[in-house]
Amino acid sequence: MLKDITFGQYYESRSLIHRTDPRLKTVLLIALIVFIFLAKNALSMGLSVLFVLSVMAVSKVPVKLYLKNMKAILPVLIFTGIINLFYGEGETLVSFWKLEITTGGIYRAVFMMVRITLLIFLSSALTYTTTPNDLTDAIESLLSPLRFVGLKSAVHTLAMMMTIALRFIPTLIEEAEKIMNAQKARGADLENGKLTERVKALIPILIPLLISSVRRAYELAEAMECRCYNGGEGRTRMKQMHIKPRDFAVLAVCAVVCGGIITLNIMF
Amino acid sequence: MDSIISVRNVTYEYREEETVYAAVKDLSLEIERGSFTVILGHNGSGKSTLAKMLNGLNKPTSGDVLVDGINTKDESTEIEVKRKVGMVFQNPDNQIIASIVEEDVAFGPENLGLEPSEIRRRVDNALKAVDMYDFRESTPHRLSGGQKQRIAIAGIMAMEPECLVLDEPTAMLDPKGRAEIISTLHRLNSDKGITIVLITHYMEEAENADRVIVMNDGKIIADNVPKVIFSDVKTLKSVGLDVPQTAELLYSLKENGFPVDTHALSVKEAAAEIIKAMRSEE
Repeated sequence: MLKDITFGQYYESRSLIHRTDPRLKTVLLIALIVFIFLAKNALSMGLSVLFVLSVMAVSKVPVKLYLKNMKAILPVLIFTGIINLFYGEGETLVSFWKLEITTGGIYRAVFMMVRITLLIFLSSALTYTTTPNDLTDAIESLLSPLRFVGLKSAVHTLAMMMTIALRFIPTLIEEAEKIMNAQKARGADLENGKLTERVKALIPILIPLLISSVRRAYELAEAMECRCYNGGEGRTRMKQMHIKPRDFAVLAVCAVVCGGIITLNIMF
Repeated sequence: MDSIISVRNVTYEYREEETVYAAVKDLSLEIERGSFTVILGHNGSGKSTLAKMLNGLNKPTSGDVLVDGINTKDESTEIEVKRKVGMVFQNPDNQIIASIVEEDVAFGPENLGLEPSEIRRRVDNALKAVDMYDFRESTPHRLSGGQKQRIAIAGIMAMEPECLVLDEPTAMLDPKGRAEIISTLHRLNSDKGITIVLITHYMEEAENADRVIVMNDGKIIADNVPKVIFSDVKTLKSVGLDVPQTAELLYSLKENGFPVDTHALSVKEAAAEIIKAMRSEE
């Protein structure tokens, strides 16, 4: 049951998006989200939609997976749409009590929903095409300028914590499963009963899990000490990230799209 | 004797509130460079405490541990000591840091601040030495216990230590995994000249060692070549250790008046010994 949970959502493939430098992908994601939110007319929004759809196509990740992520935020999407319906000017179409739906409101609602959808698709494109490890390295590398303000060890610690957390997720899932089976063998009922009863039944699983995690952490710390770990100071990395020509091509395409959005905004 | 590790009159005490408990008592020991030493003892004999003192993880309460002449108590040379004496623990899951095999093996050399190309070279060599090179891009949690433990050994080997201390590295493994680890250790010892100190309570793992040390209650009670140690069935049993079946058989035969040499260790040698004794009876 627990084995079905996969952490991170990496989808194995060798597409252009997969091979793009993870640091570049992360930065471009942030930049593109900003520009998508800047798109204010049908043409610039149309360009954004077209771009995101082509990213999805190039990534070679099945559309089904993108839609799966969409499902989770559907309530938020609908809620945002409804709220936005009532904000806006223009011709009143329907009015009841103090609220009225205007043409401007509909326009706003549709735009907001499209923006959020694009945002989800684009962030999924990053997580589907980048392994959690690469993502951690990218974050560490992107945050590294913080060392100039005396936060070097904080950045390293954060990255190390993420690495260890990723490494231990499958181990702890396996352990939780073992403990659950052990409790079931002793007659624990984890699936039936009221919500409060089921929550209570979880306590005998969480406590052993917590204790064993602390013990593991202690042993891991000793093992790290034996491997000369001394914090981030003076540490080097085996895998160096290099910007390759194709990364510049990806950057250029994104820059053109961003420029296009702004141009269409101004001209129409 | 050229010693890589010298343990001199070392005592180690655990303090729990008011009570003081000595796990290692006034123990002295020299580990010869390039040797394969096995330390045997049942749970609570002080063998793990001793192991953790060999690379400075535990500092002796009194006495000194010298690694290549460096005192482990000296904090300025702490990294130097850990670089010379690598340590492998019982549970491979709690020693592996990264989610990709080669990245985990690279962790030690990365901490030493080496050049990326040098780290790459060491990682490849270490993985080849434990015969896990083909798995370099796998994720550790999909590997078997024996394979994971070999990755943990590679992680230490990548720091190019002179000595490897292993604290019950096979305790959590199945027989196949245990055999893999023991043969890997013998290969590292004979091919690369790495000094091995193997701590275990499995008697059969000591069979091919150069030297066997038996510990009980924080002290060394026997220190000799495997053949001599194993023929001393009475001492081994008195400290709660299992004796190899062949030794036990020869021992009872001798007790009952058969003229057998109890030093025979392997099944083949023991069989030859028994046949010889039976012939002489006729």
